[in-house]
Amino acid sequence: MISRYRRRRLLNAFNLTMAVLATVFGVFWLVWILWTTIRFGAGAVNLALFTRDTPAPGASGGGLRNAFVGSLILLGMAVAIGAPVGVLAGTWLAEFAARRRLGAVVRFLNDILLSAPSIVIGLFAYAIIVDPSGRFSAYSGGVALALILIPVVVRTTDEMLRLVPGSLREAAIALGTPYWKLVTRITWKAAASGILTGILLGIARISGETAPLLFTALNNQFWSTDLGHPIANLPVVIFQFAMSPYSNWQSMAWAGAFIAVAFILLLNLAARMLLGRRRPRA
Amino acid sequence: MKVIAPRSVPAGASRLSLDVLFRKFTGAIALLVTLSLAGILIALTRESWPALHRFGWHFLISTAWDPVSDNYGALVFIVGTVVSSVIALLLAIPVSFGIALFISEMAPRWLREPVSAAVELLAAIPSIIYGMWGLLVFAPWFGNLEPWINDHLGAIPWIGALFQGPPMGIGMLAAGIVLGVMIIPFIAAIMRDVFLVTPQALKESAYAMGATTWEVARYVILPYTRTAVTGGIFLGLGRALGETMAVTFIIGNANNLSASLLMPGSSIASVIANEFTEATTPLYKSALLALGLILFVITFVVLVLAKLLLLRLDRMEGRQA
Repeated sequence: MISRYRRRRLLNAFNLTMAVLATVFGVFWLVWILWTTIRFGAGAVNLALFTRDTPAPGASGGGLRNAFVGSLILLGMAVAIGAPVGVLAGTWLAEFAARRRLGAVVRFLNDILLSAPSIVIGLFAYAIIVDPSGRFSAYSGGVALALILIPVVVRTTDEMLRLVPGSLREAAIALGTPYWKLVTRITWKAAASGILTGILLGIARISGETAPLLFTALNNQFWSTDLGHPIANLPVVIFQFAMSPYSNWQSMAWAGAFIAVAFILLLNLAARMLLGRRRPRA
Repeated sequence: MKVIAPRSVPAGASRLSLDVLFRKFTGAIALLVTLSLAGILIALTRESWPALHRFGWHFLISTAWDPVSDNYGALVFIVGTVVSSVIALLLAIPVSFGIALFISEMAPRWLREPVSAAVELLAAIPSIIYGMWGLLVFAPWFGNLEPWINDHLGAIPWIGALFQGPPMGIGMLAAGIVLGVMIIPFIAAIMRDVFLVTPQALKESAYAMGATTWEVARYVILPYTRTAVTGGIFLGLGRALGETMAVTFIIGNANNLSASLLMPGSSIASVIANEFTEATTPLYKSALLALGLILFVITFVVLVLAKLLLLRLDRMEGRQA
């Protein structure tokens, strides 16, 4: 009996130690990646990064101004398209389809879309916009990013609206409030911080997306704000510069990566603070 | 939660029609979002039709990839995608289980949140950063480790051939490992959530019988949450299959099959990312889009399975599925 008891205790101790090690292992990668990004990236950040455009191959100097601005334009387009669409679709799910079969189907398919590979979304944007129009363009990139943003916003909007107590709705209806006014003035307001969190998390998700931009917005070595033409953007510039043999390009890629990671982590932090404890499942 | 649908509102028809309009409008948008999935399928099928028509089913089993003679097949990339994802799962499943067990059963309450947050941050880091870090930091480090892998794992009979190759750092194994790290947060988050909703009474009865923490995890928690855990693993698999940038950086981009995991390879996503803008002939482009279609279909099936398994989790929490 003793030996069996000891064996169980030993097995327990061993497996629990492994669990702790697994956690350390997971956190270790996070620290390693963040540390390298800071070490190589923070030192490479300078003023020229924000005031000069991407340099030609082999040329020294230059910055990432066009890429930063291009990325902001693409993000702006994606939010302008994706946020209203996502909020409205999420509203329908929570307010009008909470118990309907169709609602369950839409919710299910939205979750699939949420996890669909971003490269496929990029190919879709290529097929419906770039191919018919005959050229790569900033707006096709914006649409591709919007398609990735939408399911994130739909899901959080849906979840957050369903957290609004039913008694609030009943109270408004008892006063004779029309339903559209109830939704726009009361439940949206009650869930505003949650919905905003969804949009912030969505922006965090798309601001590092590279694959869908490869065949839509492409890249542009020069300053451009023309939505009908290829536009420079941070992720694709990081991709090209990191793969390049030039050391100044690589260090610029690290600087860009550092700024992208800092931006995304800040967005996540903001979302976390905004929401407090009511966190939606990713 | 109770939702009251607006049925007959006594005060005038104009208000009613606004309500109906609002409902129809939001409903139409929700349907539009859903239909985009069908749109993806239709658009990709149409664009890849020339290649599918030309090569037929042979496309799936051909290892040819020759832009010069316009002859294409998908097998090399399908194998690369599956192999790298399987390596990722082999790494991610045990680690995620350990993390979830630590958070749900072992960590003191004050440590739960920070550890959860740290693991979730892994999911927030964009794949391009993983890729760049993988190529410039991880691969050189891993390259130093590979001679050891060659000498030790490579000497094992039967599976030894998997681990013999030049110590380049990049390759199928390196890509699989980085992919594994990328999907850990997804699997771990789901495991943690379901472990935490396992009824306390069940666990406590086992503890009262003298079970150790490990025995509770193995014989109470795991059987109780098995479907959801499987769903979480499938969700991670879905992510791994379609992951592009990290793989493109590290997999090595060789368009042929090799027995060794240390050799460079290619996945569906990486070949599309690498070659799409260089595809000059219409058939070449069409073949790449056909690869995209295959990837979409595979991930769709995996994700549907994952969500179906996870619906049980929602029911366990008393949510509406």
